[in-house]
Amino acid sequence: MGQDRRGFLKLAGLAAVCATARESLTRLAGAAGTEPRPSAKAPKVRWAMVVDPRRCLEQQNCTACIDACDHAHNVPAFTNPRHEVKWIWKTRFDEAFPDQDSRYIDPALTSEAVLALCNHCDNPPCVRVCPTQATWKRDDGIVAMDWHRCIGCRYCMAACPYGSRSFNWEDPRPHIAHENPDFPTRTKGVVEKCTFCDERIDRGELPACVVACKEKALVFGDLNDPDSEVRRLLRTRFALRRRAGLGTQPEVFYLV
Amino acid sequence: MLEKALVGGRGYWRWILALGVVIALGLVSYLRQFAFGLGITGLSRDVTWGLYIAQFTFLVGVAASAVMVVLPYYLHNFKMFGKLTILGEFLAISAVTMCMLFIFVDMGQPTRVLNVMLYPTPHSLMFWDMVSLSGYLVLNVVISHVTLAAERNSVPPPRWIKPVIILSIPWAVSIHTVTAFLYSGLAARPFWMTAILAPRFLASAFSAGPALLILFCLVLRRVTRFDAGREPIQRLAIIVTYAMLINVFFVLMELFTALYSNIPEDVEHFTFLFVGLEGNTTLVPWMWASAVLSVVALVLLVNPRTRHDERTLAAACVAVFLGLWIEKGLGLIIAGFEPSPLGAVTAYTPTVPEISITLGIYAFGLLLITLLYKIALSVRGETAA
Repeated sequence: MGQDRRGFLKLAGLAAVCATARESLTRLAGAAGTEPRPSAKAPKVRWAMVVDPRRCLEQQNCTACIDACDHAHNVPAFTNPRHEVKWIWKTRFDEAFPDQDSRYIDPALTSEAVLALCNHCDNPPCVRVCPTQATWKRDDGIVAMDWHRCIGCRYCMAACPYGSRSFNWEDPRPHIAHENPDFPTRTKGVVEKCTFCDERIDRGELPACVVACKEKALVFGDLNDPDSEVRRLLRTRFALRRRAGLGTQPEVFYLV
Repeated sequence: MLEKALVGGRGYWRWILALGVVIALGLVSYLRQFAFGLGITGLSRDVTWGLYIAQFTFLVGVAASAVMVVLPYYLHNFKMFGKLTILGEFLAISAVTMCMLFIFVDMGQPTRVLNVMLYPTPHSLMFWDMVSLSGYLVLNVVISHVTLAAERNSVPPPRWIKPVIILSIPWAVSIHTVTAFLYSGLAARPFWMTAILAPRFLASAFSAGPALLILFCLVLRRVTRFDAGREPIQRLAIIVTYAMLINVFFVLMELFTALYSNIPEDVEHFTFLFVGLEGNTTLVPWMWASAVLSVVALVLLVNPRTRHDERTLAAACVAVFLGLWIEKGLGLIIAGFEPSPLGAVTAYTPTVPEISITLGIYAFGLLLITLLYKIALSVRGETAA
């Protein structure tokens, strides 16, 4: 009788393993072919942003873009800097551009704050490492997030060279001052970041931060359109990209 | 076979009870973490992985080290290790289980962890780590179960198990290689982005694991009738010696490349570890302790007189294990985040619940290995009365 029980347990264990493995294997096999691919002829849009730090500095204490973003996306305000959630924020120039040796530049310029956000890299390391495809690159270049799929392993945070990703170390909801009912709040234990306002872009609107900036320091547009404002700026002005040497191909440009 | 773990003397049950208490404390802490979130730990925006992931990394090495007794026995017909293979395989089972638990407690959304299987993602190394770890667990469970059952029934193990055992050898190498690839493929973390990371992991694994096995053998000789024998332990000691020498050599190569090339982002992580960076010296005493332990261990191991004496050998094994635990179970992961890619140094100190969860998982691993060793030795009739 003991022999029967052992046999049953073995069989049950084997069946459980097979059931889970089968699901994985079918998905793995089907992953390449099932998604309908957009035809190559359709003109592809490639969203990008150009930041003009000089214009931004004209209003030193202005936080209009940050406030607009935080409100639009229900970004929680944690007082503990270790648990901070940031989508777009101000950081020191030498932190945003650690590989720019700027020791002889007027310190007034480098000690000033510069806006930082997700770079929506063309070659995003966060997407490469995510084990569940909870973060992925859309056809228009936006690096998007699925907060319902994220398992909170934080591998993407280890892979991002820009510190653009935040983790909800605790329940964010009590820390949202004025909840925006049109945008989902997040739960504890998931990673979040700037999404280039994909929800607004899909409605044909500009990102919230771009609209909020009175100085027009943020310009958003299509890199694949040679007549777009971003292309015009990049044609005539020299621009930096954060840690360009890593090959991530950031699509947020900073005018010099 | 499992019923053999339910029979034991007073000492056995006291030990089980003590482990049970530590496990229970860890479980209570985990329930608190589950309710509040990972904010209960010392981790932060800049130091996103800490004690849990570091223990996972260290224990993958312990798990892989079973190959150091399996390979000589099955590939080179090295009969002396015949009694040890089952101990190595059981050590691997318990270490892989701890690895999985450490990954699990590090998840922000543990209830969604099966998404890794539901949405298999071959371009993520974490997917491959899951495949190799679970495969290794299955291999070791099957191998140890089949060989032990054959031993109990006094029959030779079935022929089909031999290729499975041979497969487990490269598989053991793969679990630690893939684990190293988790880290060494990240352009954002220069401290880990080194081609020697996987070889380094293997060298440290093949010294820390067999060192632990020697210590287990010495303990088993005292508390049970099982005697691994003097000569097998000495052979294991030679493996520990060579692997430890190679490991120290690899670490020195890392130091040379970083310090001589003098690229700031490579140097800073070592500065953080050995002298402190921006006033943060949390790991400095630990890392020097690790360096001293490694040197002491090597002196005791390389010198034949101290290696042959089992008391000094035991001390050397403790030094190897602790030294490598500090190097891999603390320094390696934390220093990858210090400084952050943007140059920030953020203090990371594990909190009490975090340490309690960690100890709970270690206690669970020890419980598992106690039960498994009890079964193995009962089958052989070598338990204490």
